Amino acid sequence: MGRSAPGRQVGAAAIPQPSEWSGPFLEVRGLSVAYPAGSRRQRVALRDVSLDLVPGELLGLVGPNGSGKTTLIRAVTGVVRPLAGEIRIAGEEAVGLPQWEVARRVAVVPQNPQLPEAFTTLDAVLMGRTPHLRLLQMEGPADLEAARRAMLATDTWALADRRLGELSGGERQRVVVARALAQEAPLLLLDEPTAHLDIGHQTAVLEMMRSLCRGEGKAVLAAVHDLTLAAQYCHRLVMLHQGSVIAQGRPEDVLHPELLERVYKARVHVFPHPWSGRPVVAPWCSVSG
Amino acid sequence: MNPSTGSGQALAEGASTAGELPLASFRRTLWPRLLLGLSLLLAAAVVALVVGPAGIPLDATLRVIISRLTGLDLAEGVPATWRDIIWEVRLPRVLLAGLVGATLSMAGATYQGVFRNPLAEPYLIGVATGAALGSTIVVLSSPSVSWQGLSLLPLAAFAGAIISVVIVYGVARVGNTVPTTTLILAGVAVSSLSTAITSFLMLRSTTHMFTVFSVVLGGFNTATWTRLVWAVPYVLPAAVVILAHGRVLNVLSLDEEQARQLGVDVERTKLLLLGAASLATAAAVSVSGTIGFVGLIVPHAVRLLWGPDNRKLLPMAILLGAAFLILADLLARTVDQPSEIPVGIITAFCGVPFFLYLLRRARGGVF
Repeated sequence: MGRSAPGRQVGAAAIPQPSEWSGPFLEVRGLSVAYPAGSRRQRVALRDVSLDLVPGELLGLVGPNGSGKTTLIRAVTGVVRPLAGEIRIAGEEAVGLPQWEVARRVAVVPQNPQLPEAFTTLDAVLMGRTPHLRLLQMEGPADLEAARRAMLATDTWALADRRLGELSGGERQRVVVARALAQEAPLLLLDEPTAHLDIGHQTAVLEMMRSLCRGEGKAVLAAVHDLTLAAQYCHRLVMLHQGSVIAQGRPEDVLHPELLERVYKARVHVFPHPWSGRPVVAPWCSVSG
Repeated sequence: MNPSTGSGQALAEGASTAGELPLASFRRTLWPRLLLGLSLLLAAAVVALVVGPAGIPLDATLRVIISRLTGLDLAEGVPATWRDIIWEVRLPRVLLAGLVGATLSMAGATYQGVFRNPLAEPYLIGVATGAALGSTIVVLSSPSVSWQGLSLLPLAAFAGAIISVVIVYGVARVGNTVPTTTLILAGVAVSSLSTAITSFLMLRSTTHMFTVFSVVLGGFNTATWTRLVWAVPYVLPAAVVILAHGRVLNVLSLDEEQARQLGVDVERTKLLLLGAASLATAAAVSVSGTIGFVGLIVPHAVRLLWGPDNRKLLPMAILLGAAFLILADLLARTVDQPSEIPVGIITAFCGVPFFLYLLRRARGGVF
């Protein structure tokens, strides 16, 4: 997907692809975000968060509800302005970049996206090409090709003519993933991409993220609620707790029962997966028989 | 999503053949529709030019118009009164009705896109009545304000329109959405206040009562070439801005956060589009008064017939909006002969059932 179509770039500078980048592709340093921005009664949602994401890596963002996962994604995509800190994408400061410049670097799968019901699936995926098009420019063959590849990869090509209002929850989710792929941004952020999906679709989405990392060297950051799923597919995990990073590292180093009890206020069992050896988190069940 | 195929294989498969599907079909469907719209508009215009109490036949009508346009003398034998009726009364009236219909319909489609609400309409959200108030104030203070031949009346109307849209949007907005209930309530409130002030000013002034009254009621019985010339310099640039944003309006039909994450400068775009739609509405109101529901009926009919893509919706709404108001005006001046009824009555008769229907199924699948 790194194939660039000459002559149709909006801006001048080409964005480095992750495959040609060594070192962290996304660097977040000392990031703090407060809501509502600029208000006197603001609530701090992220406090001094730092993390790195290298090309080809699938980084899992875990933590309880309200721990700041979505806020971190919104900050990286330029939707909220940070109070303090730096966000660097391919070595370049991303805070304050024009919105279309950010969108050419970062594609997002939001948590509960509102989709206009009457548009077709293909229309929706082609909207992912927005940052590559000038105001009066129509989608050309290169854009269609990008959309088609994204839809084949997400198994939504067969739905191309269907209206968004007719799709099931799982299909809509895959269409939004396809739109993010069609954006052809080197950095991919997913906010709970597996929520509302059954286990078949959950594993399929995460398998696909893994193959994007491996095959195309994309850098992927995924907020995942299900700790077991995150541990199976992510290279590393970052755990947020009340807006701060409380632990990060390999899944087996992060997912400790004591830490989980402190963060989630629930006792859990953690044991290795019988096949992969990665941690499986199961509820502490006091009911028996 | 089948894990076993993976993206690699799928990508290789996709790279071989590119289906030209959406683009080709876009072009294939756009031009016939535009042609259809144009012919409907032309037919409406011809009917409106010919029908009337003077009973002027079609060929005389066309000969007068062609001879005036080309300078050739084809109108030999056509009585002078007929020439005057056609050139000074009917043609400007039809053109003005067409311009206003196109403008209101385009503005309606734009408000609907920006607010992500199918019920947004220049009249219902108080923009048109705000514009009427603006132009009333100017008419009462100095009726002939102009700068180098450019009438400033539309600008006064624009001030009123933009104040209304800012208030309505500010009040109706809940988080990042504009729910139907708050939008309509805020629109009704602002609209009532503007109309109340306009009525008060109207009652205070006896000299301009008729002018102001016609602004409130709306209609084309005072149409002249001069009025047409007032409105065009404001409507045209607004139309260019709006038509250029068709694809961006599609992206805005997602929520604002998604539009931002897809690279749209949402605040700037909204400002630009609301400004353009309000300017166009203001220009229309300043030459024809407030005419409701055109901006609701026409874009919605277009959406039902041909889908929600704003790149097709906007031009079609412009063409059919023009045709619709020309025919509505024709009805307004013929149903109750020899007197006329305000065209707003006709559009309300068509629009209110439509509005109620839309309100009933507010979460429809056509948007």
